[in-house]
Amino acid sequence: MSNDAERNAQHWAKTRSLTIFILILWFVFGLLLPWFAKELDTIVIFGWKLGYYFIVQGSLIAFVVMIWYQNMRQDAIDREFGVSDE
Amino acid sequence: MAVQDAPQGAKFTDRLGLVYGLYTIGFLVFFALMAYLETQGFQAKTIGILFLMFTIAIYAIIGYLSRTMQAEAYYVAGREVPALYNGMATAADWMSGASFVALAGGIYFGGYPYLGFIIGWTGGYVLVNSLMAPYLRKFGCYTVPDFIGTRYGGNIARLCAVIILVVASFTYVTAQINATGTIASRALGIPFEVGVWFGLLGILLCSMLGGMRGVTWTQVAQYIVLIIAYLTPVIWMSNKQGFGMIPHFTYGEAALRVQELEAQYGLQKAATAVAGLKELTTPHFDPQGGLDSWKFATLALCMMTGTASLPHILMRYFTTPTVTAARRSVGWSLFFIFLLYFTAPALATLTKLQLLDPNLATSVIGKAVADVQALEWVKNWSAVGYLAVQDQNGDGIVQLNEFFMRPDIVVLATPEIAGLPYVISGLVAAGGMAAAMSTADGLLLAIANALSHDLYYKIIDPKAETSTRLVVARVLLVVIGAAAAFVASMKLTGILGAVAWAFCFACSGLFFPLVLGVWWKRANTAGAIAGMVFGFGAGTWYLYMIYNGLMDPVWSIDHLRFGIIGMPVSLVAMVVVSLLTPAPSAEVQDMVDRTRYPSGDTILDAKH
Repeated sequence: MSNDAERNAQHWAKTRSLTIFILILWFVFGLLLPWFAKELDTIVIFGWKLGYYFIVQGSLIAFVVMIWYQNMRQDAIDREFGVSDE
Repeated sequence: MAVQDAPQGAKFTDRLGLVYGLYTIGFLVFFALMAYLETQGFQAKTIGILFLMFTIAIYAIIGYLSRTMQAEAYYVAGREVPALYNGMATAADWMSGASFVALAGGIYFGGYPYLGFIIGWTGGYVLVNSLMAPYLRKFGCYTVPDFIGTRYGGNIARLCAVIILVVASFTYVTAQINATGTIASRALGIPFEVGVWFGLLGILLCSMLGGMRGVTWTQVAQYIVLIIAYLTPVIWMSNKQGFGMIPHFTYGEAALRVQELEAQYGLQKAATAVAGLKELTTPHFDPQGGLDSWKFATLALCMMTGTASLPHILMRYFTTPTVTAARRSVGWSLFFIFLLYFTAPALATLTKLQLLDPNLATSVIGKAVADVQALEWVKNWSAVGYLAVQDQNGDGIVQLNEFFMRPDIVVLATPEIAGLPYVISGLVAAGGMAAAMSTADGLLLAIANALSHDLYYKIIDPKAETSTRLVVARVLLVVIGAAAAFVASMKLTGILGAVAWAFCFACSGLFFPLVLGVWWKRANTAGAIAGMVFGFGAGTWYLYMIYNGLMDPVWSIDHLRFGIIGMPVSLVAMVVVSLLTPAPSAEVQDMVDRTRYPSGDTILDAKH
């Protein structure tokens, strides 16, 4: 049982680090970049003002990628500790 | 589509690809048939009616085939919905009439501040995935208050969660039924008050017999209709304008051109405002930094945390077979939602360009007033009072501030503005109806299930038979639906305001009790109750004071973002009260531990 408890603690520590990492990315794309839209708009790439681009598309793509990446990593963590349910 | 109880159920989920593939082809064939009928001189109105009737009939058939008398099937669709399909169902559940009908129009008129909704309604899924969905799925609950009630124990916590859920979801559902009423009344030519009841009837046909199972399989069908309906006009329009097959990656230049034209025409208020309609005064995209950024961020944050707290969304993730599948289905959900949300700004930009750019045949600004007023679509929409062209400075030319529109009609009118055939308008109406119906279904079910499972079964009569519980659930569904239709028919709230309120109610009261329930073992019953009562109370009080003008907004926090007041109060109350009262028992802490990894039995057993 104590082995299990230790295993679970390690599993949770890794899960938590991954979650914190994702939440930092979430903060950057969800709040930080839109906050500085004015400054980013001075940069134009491929016909896009950058501040506008992130808000209407870039951040959205980042959110999708973030979730898929997190799930891939989380699946690996679950398997590593033998607690996956699939 | 044989969705019977027991053995066939498993078979049905094996054949989903085939069933929905055929369904999609069938829908496209129907679309082609309508296009053919249009060329044969069928009236636009007939085509509109056929579109609505055909799609609603299909949903009703799916709803009927999904009928069930098992609690597990009624509450969580038998927990057999594969991740991909749950993603589609969630996307339909999520994208409301407001997203479909009003979002692009909001971007058209609202510019930078309004785009906070786009970021908020997508970024929220990162929170759903990171903080909520897999853990709630592991819990094995039927409803969101079920989680609160079990994690924190005691009927008071459960009751608080039920109350917040009902307030938030009911606010939201009236807006949805309002949207179904608007679309039905326009397409069928019936009064709005009748359209509302017609919409409710369609909604109940999907959900009443099959509960969550019926709603799941109709929502998948509704997603397919709504996404086809949303993308088709944009791609068509983009091809006409030369922005390529997929405009999404190239319309940056269109946005630059719009900004150029806005500078050229000048954004000024109209000399005389037209009641209920808007002229374009907000620049397409012109963030000012400072206060502007603050408003954007607060709105986005409320919508994101609200997303992660709204029970009708969270409960969709209770229907997957495993915890891993629940996570994967969040990924699919956001992908399917993203398809619409990254199209909305493209639609707003291209439509604006259609109207503004003198190089395009469709433009109206800078043209002679008499010519514009003679345009077919201008006449149609002016006749119902949703559009107006007035030569206020008397120069005979349409100026930017002499063209008035109701923001809600941008999506619905776009096909006509771009000169697309009417069959596209019929398609868009069917898509809007699908979006509003699917969200209304999810919301009504969330309310009725919380009342039947948490209030009636868990609190009032724990010995009730399954059959009685399911009858109670259905009676509640009808009663709540009727109440919502009644409120909607009184037109008390605008669609968008009501939606934003629902998010703020949910995040004020539920966000921290849900998150900390998993992430902070020390959180206890008293703390959770304090978090819900004070958070929800503070948010509601602030809304009341601001909305009735009894107080000036603090730091520009207006009635659309009162969650910014509710959430911190909730967090502080929950942490302080938890720390002042004894830690939860070892048993509860062990339960939290087991929530944190996917393997093993759910916390609540299947037949709870």
